[in-house]
Amino acid sequence: MAFESLSEKLQNVFKNLRSKGRLTEADVKAAMKEVKRALLEADVNFKVVKSFIKTVQERAVGQDVLNGLNPGQMVIKIVKEEMEALMGSTMTEIALRPGNEITIIMMAGLQGAGKTTTCAKLAGQYKKKGKRPLLVACDVYRPAAIKQLQVNGEKVGVPVFTMGDKQNPVDIAKAGVEHAQKNGNNIVILDTAGRLHIDEDMMGELVAIKQNVDVYQTVLVVDAMTGQDAVNVAKEFNDKVAIDGIIVTKLDGDTRGGAALSIRAVTGKPILYVGMGEKLEDLQQFYPDRMTSRILGM
Amino acid sequence: SGFSGLDDDFYEELEEILIMSDMGIDTTMNIIENLKKKVKEEKIKDPEACRQLLIDSIKEQMRLDSDAYEYQNRKSVVLVIGVNGVGKTTSVGKLAAILKGQGKKVLLAAADTFRAGAIEQLKEWANRAGVDIISQSEGADPAAVVYDAVAAAKARDVDILLCDTAGRLHNKKNLMNELSKINRIIQKEYSEAYLETLIVLDGTTGQNALAQAKQFKEATDISGIILTKLDGTAKGGIAIAIQSELGIPVKYIGIGEQIDDLQEFDSDMFVNALFERGDE
Ligand SMILES: Nc1nc2c(ncn2[C@@H]2O[C@H](COP(=O)(O)OP(=O)(O)OP(=O)(O)O)[C@@H](O)[C@H]2O)c(=O)[nH]1
Ligand SMILES: Nc1nc2c(ncn2[C@@H]2O[C@H](COP(=O)(O)OP(=O)(O)OP(=O)(O)O)[C@@H](O)[C@H]2O)c(=O)[nH]1
Ligand SMILES: [K+]
Ligand SMILES: [Mg+2]
Ligand SMILES: [Mg+2]
Repeated sequence: MAFESLSEKLQNVFKNLRSKGRLTEADVKAAMKEVKRALLEADVNFKVVKSFIKTVQERAVGQDVLNGLNPGQMVIKIVKEEMEALMGSTMTEIALRPGNEITIIMMAGLQGAGKTTTCAKLAGQYKKKGKRPLLVACDVYRPAAIKQLQVNGEKVGVPVFTMGDKQNPVDIAKAGVEHAQKNGNNIVILDTAGRLHIDEDMMGELVAIKQNVDVYQTVLVVDAMTGQDAVNVAKEFNDKVAIDGIIVTKLDGDTRGGAALSIRAVTGKPILYVGMGEKLEDLQQFYPDRMTSRILGM
Repeated sequence: SGFSGLDDDFYEELEEILIMSDMGIDTTMNIIENLKKKVKEEKIKDPEACRQLLIDSIKEQMRLDSDAYEYQNRKSVVLVIGVNGVGKTTSVGKLAAILKGQGKKVLLAAADTFRAGAIEQLKEWANRAGVDIISQSEGADPAAVVYDAVAAAKARDVDILLCDTAGRLHNKKNLMNELSKINRIIQKEYSEAYLETLIVLDGTTGQNALAQAKQFKEATDISGIILTKLDGTAKGGIAIAIQSELGIPVKYIGIGEQIDDLQEFDSDMFVNALFERGDE
């Protein structure tokens, strides 16, 4: 596969860099060309790649690097540092309100990204940690979306609040939160319908939910296989609805997952969890360094 | 800029358009190299003419053969496959409506017995399209559902049997084997039917779609692509890379969530959209 030969190439480039006592500007440029290819193959956004390469190149041809000891080692270090700057370096959890205050978490994203599944996965994890989560079915559009949430809620042993598909999602969210207050639930997870970032009405619906219930965390769910468009999507969701973090799904596939890096880069928002399978226990904490290696194919 | 409009900046702009469409770096570089060759041979000097040459060649490459929809003229089975969440079930529903509208007798098979709510979802689509559906319960063997559906299709003199399948990632061996098994059952139990296998690709997917197409092609005989979610801002350029590398044509595009949001693929429209100059 193209990917494999690419990461091989990249390894060779880095090996060459390492072995060289002296580096010329041309050496650095050639290496950066391969890094650029690797990032584009991994679906990192074209513009993000361009500015990344520019930054690394500028730092790498700086006097103290090329004339210093082990210039190759230094260039590799710069690549890693800059990747880390984009990807973030620490693990971040979804913020919860203290004590028994209710934390409302709203899931949002494009169609088919994995929102409903991820809602149930998260709810299951909170339940295991001794919290009392409630799932709220705010997708009244997709056929059988409510049923899907109910079945998954049952699997993880978490109650699901629904009002059928004839009510407004804003009203459902409000009633769901009231239900949580009455029943002692301290985490409310709102499953919303998939929507396009350019669909003004549907984006307005998310804003309206936030205006009517006290959403504490808005999580953008993104399919790891997304290509160049990921930045448009993330930017629009962040600008219009304001997101607090990202969950990247379907990383159990063989995608490089450059969308994760692009989204982190354009929104500055942390990646909170990654989806690693269809089963409801397949949700994992996110480690930025692993993602960096994956994207570079190393 | 120089004595010719066809300078590095010009080619870089094309490169950007192609890469931003998700065509991928390899296909993009190949296309641009070929373009440069042709420009030299045909002594083209004008950037607009060069751009047009590129557009025309991609249009030509993506054009469908005249027998692309031959399955509609026969007793056939349409097997719909792909990774998770790309739009398989929705596309089956939309396709059912199109075929029913042509006066065909259509039957659906709910062979996704795994995902929560998948059967109910397809039932709703069967309802909307006004066609019959064969289903079992969640957790049943999908191959058994297909087996039943084939028997029903024969018994009821159905024209076209549409099989929805569970989303599966192409790197999961056991799930791909399950798909091969479904494929074999159709071939064996209904050998007189024409088998059309459509892989559904999410138009927002990047380079991974190529790996998807390759792996699914090992398990089945893919005859076309349904490229969904083109109502967003993604261009679906990876389909061009797939056509180049694997020769699989796009046959339908999905442009929304409603029942009439599935269209036959139009190469001209698709490629024009690729090169449309955005607001940026
Ligand atoms: N392999 C894999 N599949 C996943 C993962 N997360 C979700 N899925 C699958 O992706 C598909 C779509 O998931 P949903 O949870 O229905 O996605 P959604 O965002 O709620 O979809 P809409 O409500 O239609 O917008 C389903 O087949 C899920 O089983 C994951 O981490 N890995
Ligand atoms: N905007 C848009 N949404 C679409 C299109 N096709 C499907 N969808 C939506 O994408 C989501 C997933 O569609 P499904 O048909 O459930 O996808 P699937 O491939 O069957 O999913 P799994 O069975 O879970 O693997 C749903 O919310 C659909 O409404 C399309 O062309 N445009
Ligand atoms: K998707
Ligand atoms: Mg959903
Ligand atoms: Mg489905």
